[in-house]
Amino acid sequence: MIATTLAVVSRLVSGATVQWHCDPRSDGQRIYFANHSSHLDFILIWSALPACLRQSVRPVAGKDYWEKGPVRRFLAGRVFHAVLIERRTAGSCDGLTPARAAIQRMADEIGDRHSLIVFPEGTRGLNGEVGAFKSGLYHLSRLRPDAELIPVHLENLNRILPKGEILPVPMLSRVVFGPSLAASVDEDKDGFLARARNALIQLREIQ
Amino acid sequence: MSIATDTTLFRLLSGVLGLLVLSSAIGWALSRRVANESTRATVDNINARIRAWWVMALVFMASVSTGALGSILLFTLISFLALREFVTLAPTGPGDHRALFWCFFVATPLEYFLIWIGWYGLFSILIPVYISIFVAVRTVLAGDTERFLERTATTQWGLMICVYFVSYVPALLMLRIPGYEHQNAALIFFLVLVVQLSDVLQYIWGKSIGRRRVAPSISPNKTWEGFVGGILSATAIGAALWWATPFGPAQAALMAFVVTVMGFAGGLIMSAIKRDRGIKDYGSLIEGHGGVLDRIDSLCFAAPVFFHMTRFFFTA
Repeated sequence: MIATTLAVVSRLVSGATVQWHCDPRSDGQRIYFANHSSHLDFILIWSALPACLRQSVRPVAGKDYWEKGPVRRFLAGRVFHAVLIERRTAGSCDGLTPARAAIQRMADEIGDRHSLIVFPEGTRGLNGEVGAFKSGLYHLSRLRPDAELIPVHLENLNRILPKGEILPVPMLSRVVFGPSLAASVDEDKDGFLARARNALIQLREIQ
Repeated sequence: MSIATDTTLFRLLSGVLGLLVLSSAIGWALSRRVANESTRATVDNINARIRAWWVMALVFMASVSTGALGSILLFTLISFLALREFVTLAPTGPGDHRALFWCFFVATPLEYFLIWIGWYGLFSILIPVYISIFVAVRTVLAGDTERFLERTATTQWGLMICVYFVSYVPALLMLRIPGYEHQNAALIFFLVLVVQLSDVLQYIWGKSIGRRRVAPSISPNKTWEGFVGGILSATAIGAALWWATPFGPAQAALMAFVVTVMGFAGGLIMSAIKRDRGIKDYGSLIEGHGGVLDRIDSLCFAAPVFFHMTRFFFTA
């Protein structure tokens, strides 16, 4: 109920055009990965999904941010059923242990029913450019090779609600769901991440 | 003034409905006798445009016939949607965010509120003076000097075109014309009807006999034949509608001539902005037409001139 209201409001505020280049109603489990520039990102992707799928799609979000304060905690936990993960990887130079644990949680939490929305840049970018991907998406795809990887490009949201602003300016935006990323046979981490990032950036060119 | 008691308004509404029925019939007849593929696309586009005209005309007539509140709310919404399309493609940056927020949620409603309370003095200077200064101040306070002049001017001009100019349409309700009390809604009808019919007629004349292009670098579809044919036939329609206005037949013709020429200029200006930004349409809200701004480009530039000419020559 709250979720649907929020979805409708963000759709109005962001005047979003939604374009699909894959089957919107596929039953299979999916990992939607998108560029991240605004708080509206997740809710907009979620509202663009067919209503019947929304209940089974969960966002991945940073625990440090979304567990601060009762409102954020309520939204993340009760409204959107977010999978909250530790982002803090500083301390050890490779940060393997907490990061790997987080990836493992994502892979486990979706079970055989849920899909995920992830933002592989790790945090919101500032100027609308797509930053480098962190390795999480690669490890996740290794743990769950059965899930389809769908790139989602979000356009103009960084101008509607930029990082650090609370009030939106209602410009028009666009959400493009791309064709699923082909499974990799033998590809190293960097090759995979570059390919995934390119697939996302290319959606920007589609008119 | 309401539709039930007013014969002028009733006749105008019936006329528009008749036109819509006629164009739908013509569109249907055209689609029955299409020979090849390229004509098919044109005819499909014409029929999509006619369907959209039905919706636009019904929304417009319902709002204007329900009195001042309906007209003001409709044009507030139009301004809001147009400004949104304008800002989306304008080169603004993070430093403009707060100023833009004020433009959408304070300046736009305030401009229309002033029409509602009939405060002409402030209405006519709010955006050119106060909001323009405010936008510059708010933007400079954000501290980003990169392309400062371009960004500030973009926001100011967006407000002028999408809000200030458009608000002159419902502002016609504020005019006190001797012998024409409580009939101003018909003036809105006259202006919108003449300007929009001029667009349609220019399209029809251009499609049928258009050869020489007016401004090939700006708008390849605008031809001299379309321009002259459209303006003259819309002027004739304006003259024929003199009974709905405070003007005599010759005055109505002159008014219609001026607003159609202004409308043509508006179409060119808005096309030049689109060309500069590398896009074809401002949006996709209205099927076959593009965005709201694509539909009202001519009205934006005709409304202020029509208002001030009427105010100067016809009010006490």
